Amino acid sequence: MINTMECVADAQSLISISLMKIHNSRTQRGGIKLHKNLLVSYVLRNARQVYIKEKYAEIYRMQQYEEVMTVCNEIQELNPLELDAEDAEDEDLARTTCCGEDFQRGSMKDPEPAYYRSCCMEAPLPPCDQLSVNINTHCNKTTVLDLDTHVVTTVDNGYIHQDCCCDAFQCAQSAQAPAKKRKMDFGYCTSDLDELQDFTTSRKRLRREDCVYSCQDFTDTSNISNLISIFGSGFSGLLSRQADLEQICSKQALAGLGAWTRAIVAF
Amino acid sequence: MGEDAESPKINHTFLRDYVTEADVISTVEFNQTGDLLATGDKGGRVVIFQRETESKGDFEEVGDTGDSGEYNVYSTFQSHEPDFDYLKSLEIEEKINKIRWLPQQNAAHFLLSTNDKTIKLWKVSERDKRPEGYNLKDEEGRLKDISTITSLQVPVLKPTDLMVEVRPRRVFANGHTYHVNSISVNSDGETYLSADDLRINMWHLGITDRSFNIVDIKPANMEDLTEVITASEFHPHHCHLFVYSSSKGTLRLCDMRASALCDKHAKLYEEPEDPGSRSFFSEIISSVSDVKFSHSGRYMLTRDYLTAKVWDLHMDKGPVETYQVHEYLRSKLCSLYENDCIFDKFECVWNSSDSVIMTGAYNSFFRMFDRETGRGVTLEAWRESSKPRAVLRTRRVYTGGKRRRGDVGVDSLDFTKKILHMAWHPAENIIAIAATNNLYIFQDRVNPDAHTQ
Repeated sequence: MINTMECVADAQSLISISLMKIHNSRTQRGGIKLHKNLLVSYVLRNARQVYIKEKYAEIYRMQQYEEVMTVCNEIQELNPLELDAEDAEDEDLARTTCCGEDFQRGSMKDPEPAYYRSCCMEAPLPPCDQLSVNINTHCNKTTVLDLDTHVVTTVDNGYIHQDCCCDAFQCAQSAQAPAKKRKMDFGYCTSDLDELQDFTTSRKRLRREDCVYSCQDFTDTSNISNLISIFGSGFSGLLSRQADLEQICSKQALAGLGAWTRAIVAF
Repeated sequence: MGEDAESPKINHTFLRDYVTEADVISTVEFNQTGDLLATGDKGGRVVIFQRETESKGDFEEVGDTGDSGEYNVYSTFQSHEPDFDYLKSLEIEEKINKIRWLPQQNAAHFLLSTNDKTIKLWKVSERDKRPEGYNLKDEEGRLKDISTITSLQVPVLKPTDLMVEVRPRRVFANGHTYHVNSISVNSDGETYLSADDLRINMWHLGITDRSFNIVDIKPANMEDLTEVITASEFHPHHCHLFVYSSSKGTLRLCDMRASALCDKHAKLYEEPEDPGSRSFFSEIISSVSDVKFSHSGRYMLTRDYLTAKVWDLHMDKGPVETYQVHEYLRSKLCSLYENDCIFDKFECVWNSSDSVIMTGAYNSFFRMFDRETGRGVTLEAWRESSKPRAVLRTRRVYTGGKRRRGDVGVDSLDFTKKILHMAWHPAENIIAIAATNNLYIFQDRVNPDAHTQ
């Protein structure tokens, strides 16, 4: 159990800072420092664990709140005046979310817009349908060079659905994808796909992330959710609103933790 | 690098910073007798200081040995140059990570210096005589005209000005893929080890084209990497034993008699983690930054971010002594993470009798702990507050309770002034403290301390 009361910075800003450090280590003189990046990855993992827990607890609270509001809604339908003001909210919600009809129905003010946006990518992909399609169609094969043995191998890549309207099966599949492949899932970038297995060559991997980062304001903590959803499919499991699916997906999310840790450690 | 008088608007501060950066001392080491002190800096230079043996006139009390205790510059040389790895497109820093002296076997001195990739053996020798009276050559070395030679003479050695020559004798290259963090000379006098993040190699001092890999913790899949090697040292008496520390806070003692590859440790020293103190930064602050055997060989001293621990070789369940170096920083770990100070690697040292341990901290403070009483003192290595021959007064960081005059608040600590590197004379109470680009030498004498830069 991590003591989260320790300092002012919360999990999100720690994640942001850690990613920035990993990013900056590329340009440091003397090459990437394995030890430091390993330690940063531990902080990242710890912050992510706390973040997931907090978000999960929030979903649960939101779900309970929504159920209450649904009941209130039915009562409120008797009063037509209030609905107009909330329609604008609904449209906004519809544009930025893509998960299920339930969200659109909700008439309450979205208390955490950042969170809902996390299930889809920002501006570039407004229509919901696109997300159900596999974005990662290019990354099929990877060539890896082990710098110690100088052996070149070609590996087939699995890829992870970025679909936020998750169903349990997708979650299960993606969580079981080989851990090594998770890093490959950067749907935005079609740049250099060559991956060097040795840690010192993770700079190329980081270059791909660079594309991702440049798409967004890196320091904006509200976009951390986006970055996290890029990094691991486990997060998408948290967004399901159905209770049983939620349980399954959250389990997948937790199962995905280890794999994601390994992906970051490989820096 | 002079300033251009015609364009006064150019800001040259970056040049100043660059020059200073190269002067930052990155390692300090006494030789086995303590007569020589070597420092390495970020610019790849090594400066050797020698202790003065003549007693000065105005020193009434000079101690038993007759040494004045002053260290003066003996020699300076460029050990490593910036390099570039073309295959990986990586710049290799010239910063000297470690210097270790070899035991002296003849008139010359030998030391090993290493940067991230390459270890070099240097021979430091004196020349204070030169032969004169050659028959075939004249004073300048030109061949004489044979017809002018009328008699034979035997060349004689005449004293001349002292010249210190430093020459590279061996270059141990291409042994490491990762960054070298430690070197340690074996007590057998023939071999030494070098450790990087994932591997430890053993070299013979006379052979440069090959080394033995004795520890390899690189996982088959780099994604499974969970810890790295942070420091390593040979046992001072047993040539088959060495220890290495990890980023997870563990120590592993290895016996080279057991097998050629010492991946399997002979003993694992680990302190169970206190689950109540878990935080985001638990892994970082438990990483061991330095490990040193005691002179007796019975104990090991380790340093992690907040504490220094003494371990008994015979007990692997946990340290026998734990010293809080700057516990007041525990609540500040977040900001220390942001400004990267949490990654600072502090060294630790034993005194000659293994009764006192010393390690560095921030704000130019360093701490000494008396093992018998368990008490610690805080001292300061700062030019303004210590004049030559002044007695060092103890400092205190205010953490609550009654505030005394001279106490420093935690928020006023200067985290850019860090004491990372230090050395203790092998026989006497003389310490060398590296504070950024300054070197302080303090002595425990009735007569006050010496102070050089």
